[in-house]
Amino acid sequence: MKKHRLWKYLRDGSLPHFFCSGCGAAQILNFFLTAADQISLDFDKLVGIGGVGCTARIPVYMKAEVLHGVHGRTLPWATGIKLHNPDLKVVIFAGDGDAAAIGGNHLIHAARRNLDVTMIVANNLTFGMTGGQMAPTTPPTVKTATTPYGNQETPFDLCKLAVTSGATFVARWTTQKPKRAIESIKKGLLHKGFSFVEIVCQCPTNFGRKALSTDDAIECLEWIKENSITIRQAAEMSPETLAYRFVLGEFVEASRPVFTGSSVLNRSGSREPGFVEPP
Amino acid sequence: MGDIQKRVLTGTHFMLGNHAVVEGALAAGCNFFAGYPITPANEISQHMGLRMPSVGGTFLQAEDELCSIFALSGAALAGAKAMTATASAGFNYMQEGLGYAVAAEIPIVVVDVMRCRGENYATQSDVMQLRWGASGDHEMIVLAPASVQELFDFTIRAFNLAEKYRTPVIVMSETTIALMREKLVIPKPDEIEIFNRKKPDVPPDQFMPFRAEMNEVPPLPDFGEGYRILHSLNPHDEMGWIAWNPQVFDTLYQRITGKITANYDDIVRVDEYFLDDAEIALVVYGSESRPAREAMQSARREGIKAGLLKLNTIWPVPEKQLAKVARQADRVLAVEMNIGKYAGEIERVCCGGCPVSRITKNSGQIHSSSEIYQAIRESLN
Repeated sequence: MKKHRLWKYLRDGSLPHFFCSGCGAAQILNFFLTAADQISLDFDKLVGIGGVGCTARIPVYMKAEVLHGVHGRTLPWATGIKLHNPDLKVVIFAGDGDAAAIGGNHLIHAARRNLDVTMIVANNLTFGMTGGQMAPTTPPTVKTATTPYGNQETPFDLCKLAVTSGATFVARWTTQKPKRAIESIKKGLLHKGFSFVEIVCQCPTNFGRKALSTDDAIECLEWIKENSITIRQAAEMSPETLAYRFVLGEFVEASRPVFTGSSVLNRSGSREPGFVEPP
Repeated sequence: MGDIQKRVLTGTHFMLGNHAVVEGALAAGCNFFAGYPITPANEISQHMGLRMPSVGGTFLQAEDELCSIFALSGAALAGAKAMTATASAGFNYMQEGLGYAVAAEIPIVVVDVMRCRGENYATQSDVMQLRWGASGDHEMIVLAPASVQELFDFTIRAFNLAEKYRTPVIVMSETTIALMREKLVIPKPDEIEIFNRKKPDVPPDQFMPFRAEMNEVPPLPDFGEGYRILHSLNPHDEMGWIAWNPQVFDTLYQRITGKITANYDDIVRVDEYFLDDAEIALVVYGSESRPAREAMQSARREGIKAGLLKLNTIWPVPEKQLAKVARQADRVLAVEMNIGKYAGEIERVCCGGCPVSRITKNSGQIHSSSEIYQAIRESLN
């Protein structure tokens, strides 16, 4: 029997995976492996990191070095690994809970430092594994397990947060845009510095049922598509309207020195023009 | 400080306790440090910020203690000998990462410089949170230095035990000794015993990453050496695959706790003073052993047959040594700088052999030798 072209990257005996039927996380595993395959990523030097939750299971299926199992601490792990051995390729798979809720502090600091790792955020707009509770990314007014009267909170724009904090490659796509998502993951993997790729994805079981009144993956994807807009379209919309929309595209691609430690000997200390020397 | 580019500062020094921790770590081969500012542990981070880059290691000032402890795990799996230092209130945050390091069997070293509720007064109040704070059933190795020399020596030992047993090891420091300057003798590098983690002796396709005999420690390759291991907190089988069944759970966690309990004799260290003929035996750990030794000597001068058992490893509990003392002495006196926590352990082990009384102090001050001497006299009445 002919094996799938990505089969060789999967951990032996790990299938079938544990994702629900129609889950976006499994697509993102596919996107990543496709991107990695296209750039011939060396899996002996790859460290895949997952925290806790459905998304955190993505790297578990990969035949790479893998760390898994603590909520929100993916970036601290990555920081330790990358600083000790810069030759390793470190890729983080975080859900929106991992990245924006419990791990939010680590996200802004990894971006600020320009830590040379790639973070792929599967944003399914909810806490999927625990039963569909409201997340910091849940759109306003929708029903979730903890907001039966409709979400009263303002959601995070994670890409904006990453850009503002100093990430040097930032993109957002959806599972409804596989080719674009794969291209941006490839760019992120080849980028030197903190690359952040958010992929808005469907959770038919726990977001779909409660927020969209459907557990059909296609209907969920249709909803994501209807609410997706381009960066140019977004430029003309009010912040209130944007809270309901997914702005897609690449937001930043920049270059600055990567983080090698907080106290480093003999680092060439060229400063920006206008920097005032301390007395 | 001499030549800061040397890893081992062989010679005789008059050194701050917190700096001795740094020098001990570097002598043990520590090449990754992460820390978040907190008093009274700051001199460890500050000195690491100076020393670590000079010997080619990594210094990270973390955004919080959670980052510190998890950066350690990441670095250690990438091959580093990694350490962090914090103080009681910061140690709280590290419980999550300690629990992970226990379950995923990651060698790291944590220094807790104990302090009192937002102030930097002397205390031994963390003695239980060090042992029991992390979630999940676990053993914990905790060493209790009592001097600047022991801060140096025990930090080296902490790295060796962490590497040998693939587990986190805690150095329980105290305000009293961390902020004190004292004589320190640093030996030559070749006189310092160093233990490095066991590496696999088979190629990746034959390696079972979590296979080991009961109570043994599986070898640990570095990330990037081609072994492609899955490390998870979740119950995992010998291949590392996340597997939920009672058999896997039982076998894995019995081995992880068993590797500590079965090697008790290798891990536990005590110092014994005048116990052979002692009628009253003081049991102490950490800086409280200093006034306690003075009190013991005063009692001896007065004709009271006092002895002292100093616990250098406090977790696991030195049960054999405690039981022996309880058989020999007429009374055990537990001395402690908190509301009386470890005294419960001493009572648990000793109560079958002889009565145990306690002298505890929770006022941000170490016991004076006269207070302990008084307690010795009173316990004889």
